[in-house]
Amino acid sequence: MSCKEIRVFMDGYLDRELDLVRSIDLERHLHDCSECAALHQARMAVRAAMGAGTLRYAAGERLKKNVRAALAERDREERKAQRHGFQIPWTAIAAAAAAFVVAAALWMRPGANPVENDVVASHIRSLMANHLMDVPSTDQHTVKPWFAGKLDFAPPVKDLAADGFPLVGGRLDYIGNHAAAAIVYRRNQHIINVFLWPGTHEGRIRAAGGQGYNVIQTVSNGMQYWVVSDLNRQELQQFTERLLAP
Amino acid sequence: MKIAASKLARFEQAAMPHFDAAYNLARWLTRSSGDADDVVQEAFLRAFTFFDSFRGGDGRAWLFSIVRNTCYTWLRKNRAQEMMTEFDEALHSAETASPETLQLRRADSEMVREGLGKLPAEFREVLVLREMEDLSYKEIADVTGLPIGTVMSRLARARKRLHDHLCEPASQESSA
Repeated sequence: MSCKEIRVFMDGYLDRELDLVRSIDLERHLHDCSECAALHQARMAVRAAMGAGTLRYAAGERLKKNVRAALAERDREERKAQRHGFQIPWTAIAAAAAAFVVAAALWMRPGANPVENDVVASHIRSLMANHLMDVPSTDQHTVKPWFAGKLDFAPPVKDLAADGFPLVGGRLDYIGNHAAAAIVYRRNQHIINVFLWPGTHEGRIRAAGGQGYNVIQTVSNGMQYWVVSDLNRQELQQFTERLLAP
Repeated sequence: MKIAASKLARFEQAAMPHFDAAYNLARWLTRSSGDADDVVQEAFLRAFTFFDSFRGGDGRAWLFSIVRNTCYTWLRKNRAQEMMTEFDEALHSAETASPETLQLRRADSEMVREGLGKLPAEFREVLVLREMEDLSYKEIADVTGLPIGTVMSRLARARKRLHDHLCEPASQESSA
């Protein structure tokens, strides 16, 4: 291993995430190279100063008490709302807010569609190495739960392998200013990115395209769908119909 | 009503054991105790509201991701300027063997605290999660929503920057 390689692997070694063979190589190198050994020692010194809880901040008892009180209050509100047969529609509020943001964005710039530009850019970025998926899986029951806790909505994930659109994986993305789920499907060698977030305005399917990509936008079951691919319009349309079929 | 009552109990069990860890992350990200208090309170209420969508698993990682998102929303709103300059910085300096490397054999905790405080939020974040909370790369990726490759490169750059901060007086001496 060269010093340059050692510098790349050093962090993985410190974090115990380097495989055994490379770890042994690295240790041998540290034994022979005083410069890399000094760097390793420096990293260990900083880690020692940071670990063992010395730099941790502890929450005050008063804050803990206040948060518990606020939680109990919120719980009482929720139960009261349930007793009156009325649930606070948090998701609907979030969806309405998201739809408003999208609508406002569309309305303010009638010439260009910033959301469309965003999803196309994001699609292109996702095609670069290692950017396509955070959770590579052909199993919808692996992809869907992965989003729990990362998003405040549960994105629908479908198994369309039988229709010739196998699931490839999913990742978290940002469109405009909000978090979106990106579900990745494939048609032969063509990657299809489906961007999803809560939204309710207009339910018709709208097709657009630019920069050599086809884009289909629609709303279904309170979700904004943006489907982007270099796949031809006809097949992308077919995919979208399968995706939205109940 | 019974189900709703147990929601609070289940939340208490899943989230409250991680209260200090959540606070520590918020404190490091906001760099202010008063702001950390506000962010933590907001994050816990948010977590409670969306608790039904939590499908078990690692309660700590789930909570961290909510605290983190609440922090970033707060930072964007209140410290937009700081966020901008931090993201614009050129952060791609390669790790090179420099003379000051050899001088850092011992690091004083207070100096490290100060150095860590000077780093951009996204560097502070990975270091807090890795060094103080002992999260694995995979867990940090889950909390931050970043690809593992990005987590690794960010950690490497964060350590390099922290190292440089700690060596600042020494490097000035050697260049004089």
